[in-house]
Amino acid sequence: MGGTFFFLYFPIVSLIAFSFNDSKRNITWQGFTLRYYEKAFENSQLHDAFLNSLTVAGVSTTVSTIFGTMLGLSLYRFRFPAQGPFEGMVHLPIVIPEICMAVAMVAFFFTVEMPLGLTTITVSHIAFSIPFVAVVIRARMAGFEQSLEEASYDLGANQWQTFWNVTFPYMKPGMVAGALLAFTLSLDDFVITFFTSGPGSTTFPIKIYSMVRFSVTPEVNAASTVLIVLTLALTAVALVIQSRSQRKIDHG
Amino acid sequence: MVDNTIISIRDVVKRFGSSVLAVNNVSLDIKQGEFFALLGPSGCGKTTLLRILAGFETPSEGQVLIDGDDMERVEPNKRPVNMVFQSYAVFPHMTVRQNVAYGLRVVGTPKPEIDQRVQESLSLVQLEELADRKPDELSGGQRQRVALARALVKHPKVLLLDEPLSALDAKLREQMQIELVHLQQTVGITFVIVTHDQNEALSMADRVAVMNGGNVLQVASPTELYEYPNCRFVADFIGKMNLFDGQVVGVKEGQVVVRADAITAHIGDISVPFGDEARGKVGIAIRPEKVKLDGEEPKDMPIRVRAKVVEVVYYGNESHVFLQSTSGAKITANIKNTSRNTHAGIVKGDQLWVSWCPQDTLVLTS
Repeated sequence: MGGTFFFLYFPIVSLIAFSFNDSKRNITWQGFTLRYYEKAFENSQLHDAFLNSLTVAGVSTTVSTIFGTMLGLSLYRFRFPAQGPFEGMVHLPIVIPEICMAVAMVAFFFTVEMPLGLTTITVSHIAFSIPFVAVVIRARMAGFEQSLEEASYDLGANQWQTFWNVTFPYMKPGMVAGALLAFTLSLDDFVITFFTSGPGSTTFPIKIYSMVRFSVTPEVNAASTVLIVLTLALTAVALVIQSRSQRKIDHG
Repeated sequence: MVDNTIISIRDVVKRFGSSVLAVNNVSLDIKQGEFFALLGPSGCGKTTLLRILAGFETPSEGQVLIDGDDMERVEPNKRPVNMVFQSYAVFPHMTVRQNVAYGLRVVGTPKPEIDQRVQESLSLVQLEELADRKPDELSGGQRQRVALARALVKHPKVLLLDEPLSALDAKLREQMQIELVHLQQTVGITFVIVTHDQNEALSMADRVAVMNGGNVLQVASPTELYEYPNCRFVADFIGKMNLFDGQVVGVKEGQVVVRADAITAHIGDISVPFGDEARGKVGIAIRPEKVKLDGEEPKDMPIRVRAKVVEVVYYGNESHVFLQSTSGAKITANIKNTSRNTHAGIVKGDQLWVSWCPQDTLVLTS
């Protein structure tokens, strides 16, 4: 087990450690410094890439959360013919190799003659995030007590009031968790983004990749560390929200 | 006399799909201010019938009138009835007060009126102290009070209760039975309760409808149901019953003469002042607590059977004695342990005389 842990985490730990290394080459430890963080923050290209990433993640999270929630909710709510195969198809993009998704996306954008750029990246991110959000919402709704909605109708509320007052509050933690998941996925996606990006639409992971191709400097380490910390923080928030709402279900 | 029917169920049929008949041609009238129980085993259609009243199910055939109005196409949120759900269905993200206020808030009741009615309703179920708690900080019994207050605050014409006590433990259930009856008397609203527990129905309701397989078998007061069941199912479902197969052999002076090999072999045919329209094959029944046990043959009792004690089960206040007659019929006798030594005299293997009065005997035709 120790071996596994070493194998899993040594690269990451060394990546983070060497981001503080006071050396131009990333081979031997020369002493502690925050110089490369400063350098990374001052790198305007890296800056732009980071902003691009945030824009893409922001827009794709918003759209995919709305659509994914609607999808997840209707999967829970409605019984229709061929529901099994349909649910399977919803899950498919999660399973399909990313490279295939990427190629399919590019082919699609060529067909509709859409120039590659931030828009195409965002559209692709929306496409692969929706299933994740839908799955989270579907799982959340599985624990929903249908008689709550009936009680609401019974007490005089119409369908709209029932949705906003009863169903939506129950669904909210699932939506937050799904949104955070979509945001994290979008932020660190490389393969699909790489294929669907065009000139001037470099995102953070792609920028890091191009820097690595040039040379592995502690600056790259610093930028990667920032991405790791951001992703971990978001995932932690998502987990906390999910477990808290789970506790509520168990008690209520 | 004025017509005080609040709910009128006319020839209601409910089918699920093509094969399941949940409610089979039920007609019932429920009176204003009545505590009415729908009693039956699970799957008998009682909950479906309640949900038809609430508007969550649409009858396949027939008509439901509430206070004279046809309920066809009237949505659940427009009906003058409110429901207490089996799971209570208390909104988990709202406080007790918000839960109770919900039904008034969604229909746009003015704020001062909401506050006043919520307060009244909370005090009715003694929940004022807990008004600002969330449901997950309440016990099962308290959550049920929230569900009650939330429904009563709407001032419904009828309150529908779906197995309201089934999730409570035995002690609390008994206490809530009494409280529900008090509550119903206080507010004067018609209560329709669904239950599978015969004790619950008998102890709370003014009238009980016994259902089985989608049919209403008998509608009667608790006493009538217990003492004069109209069929084998009701006799067996309500309380315990000794049942023997028999046959009507004649009618004499308003009494039916019946023969049941299991019990009449020794004494000959017996005359019973009940069910004088019964003919042919019948069930002859006697409640276990109406049976007497004697060591000597009670020559003055017209119905008496010699039987051997198979088992004695002691319950403290009473003992259940299981016997087998010489002809092989099984008979149960419930003996009240009115003094410390009552049950001590009867032990397994004893040969005793079982006897009862003809007027306590039931003749069941179906």
